Amino acid sequence: MRTLVAVGDFLIFCGRTLGAVFRRPWQVREFVQQAWFLSSVSIMPAALVSIPFGAVIALQLGSLVRQLGAQSFTGAASVLAVVREAGPIVTALIIAGAGGSAICADLGARKIREELDAMRVLGIDPVHRLVVPRVLASMLVAVLLNGVVSVVGVSGGYFFNVIMQGGTPGSYLASFQALGQLPDLISGELKALVFGLVAALVATYLGMNAKGGPKGVGDAVNQSVVITFMLLFALNFVLTAVYFQVVPQKGS
Amino acid sequence: MGVEVRVEGLTKSFGRTPVWSDVSLTLPAGEISVLLGPSGTGKSVFLKTLVGLLRPDRGSIWIEGRDLPALPERELYEVRKLFGVLFQDGALFGSMDIYDNVAFPLREHTRKTEAEVRAIVAEKLDMVGLTGAERKLPGEISGGMRKRAGLARALVLDPQIVLFDEPDSGLDPVRTAYLNQLIVDLNQQLDATFLIVTHDINTARTVPDNIGLIYHGHLAMFGPREMLLSSTEPVVRQFLNAQRVGPIGMSEEKDADELAAEAASGQRLAALPPIPLQLRPSDDGPRRAERIPGQWCAANGVTPPPGSFRPVAVEERV
Repeated sequence: MRTLVAVGDFLIFCGRTLGAVFRRPWQVREFVQQAWFLSSVSIMPAALVSIPFGAVIALQLGSLVRQLGAQSFTGAASVLAVVREAGPIVTALIIAGAGGSAICADLGARKIREELDAMRVLGIDPVHRLVVPRVLASMLVAVLLNGVVSVVGVSGGYFFNVIMQGGTPGSYLASFQALGQLPDLISGELKALVFGLVAALVATYLGMNAKGGPKGVGDAVNQSVVITFMLLFALNFVLTAVYFQVVPQKGS
Repeated sequence: MGVEVRVEGLTKSFGRTPVWSDVSLTLPAGEISVLLGPSGTGKSVFLKTLVGLLRPDRGSIWIEGRDLPALPERELYEVRKLFGVLFQDGALFGSMDIYDNVAFPLREHTRKTEAEVRAIVAEKLDMVGLTGAERKLPGEISGGMRKRAGLARALVLDPQIVLFDEPDSGLDPVRTAYLNQLIVDLNQQLDATFLIVTHDINTARTVPDNIGLIYHGHLAMFGPREMLLSSTEPVVRQFLNAQRVGPIGMSEEKDADELAAEAASGQRLAALPPIPLQLRPSDDGPRRAERIPGQWCAANGVTPPPGSFRPVAVEERV
């Protein structure tokens, strides 16, 4: 019952946030600051996670593909795996784990110090002033992050395939188009956009409803990370399933 | 010029725990009122309900013909511009320095140029005695300074109603005396309606024009200062004189057995102490809501306790 109430409360919060997106004045300054802050905490971890991701795919496929004599398709597999799946997943992990937790901790601390109440009393809606810029910044950064992860992941795969396993650079690059196609990248970016939205909404909601002193903030951050992880992985599955239904695949 | 706040039948509970019920009182325009009560009686909850941060279960709060609990969120933000609230710890924005904190409401709500903003901020900081601390962060200054900075921020939009949430908690007696004097001086200058929530008896006895006492989930009494200070009602008398004998126990309320034992042991409430003079503005000028000492007692045929309204020692005047 309590969970249901919380879910309902969260949906109302989402509605209010959506309503506040179009209300003037737009908080451009806060948006830029938040986007800068989010990218500064997420770019390094995203890059460092995606290099081994691309490498692992190259390693897994490398020996198998060689036995089948399909070495020239390593590049195709790498692109497919990184752009379609690894990109959005790594983006989700980083946005929820690094960005979301930072947002949640920030708002939670403001909440327990009564800063949010003070803001409301000064006639300023924290949803409009703080939540909206954070949600928009998180969406933007997630989309950009997905691009970073794709590039770094594919480069990592290239490095391992060509330098470590003795693959041919030409065939790695040439096979990019064999299985993958442009809609793969677009769907990856759309997923990232949705992940950024959901992660920021959950983080801001839990942060703004933290209670019970400093421990409450810790609990809220913890919940925020766990809940966004679960939500994003579930969403990823749904979006992938929809994508396969909507967009015809190569070779089918 | 101050705005009257009329509270009618206000009731609030958290889930199944009632906080207080059926509170009715009128904060007269331009006067200082104090709301007293033992710890944990929901004084802060009352204050938050008054500004619409919490919604009451029942009842109305009338401000300029508008009923606060019935207003939609958007209009609530408009009405709140009438309010200035000093939170317990100042509630300053931790990421901004003192200057930006005080300038924040101006930058959000007005289209003043930076030069105008600077002038207003300097004036308010001077009012609370914080000139020179503009570039400090809230984490770098003492609790008393944070409160005064919070007060400067609350005053920056020229509010009609100023609410103080325990202005004296965590301050030493000297700073409390300074702050009380500041409150009286501000009331003289701004003519706004003041409500102070506290459990400091000294503040309650010397600062306000009106006193209210919340006890055991309801408003025990609300009225002019002299009325409560000369009251023989047990709860009021016990609290305003900080005594153990009386209906208030360690955990909220004594039961019938304890009260009977108390009566049997022959313990009596001590005689009422003299009513002190009200704190006057530091420039000795008139304050609009000020009354002549003893006026209420004389008008209502109440004999004040002996020694009342006598100018006592110098420490009254800071």
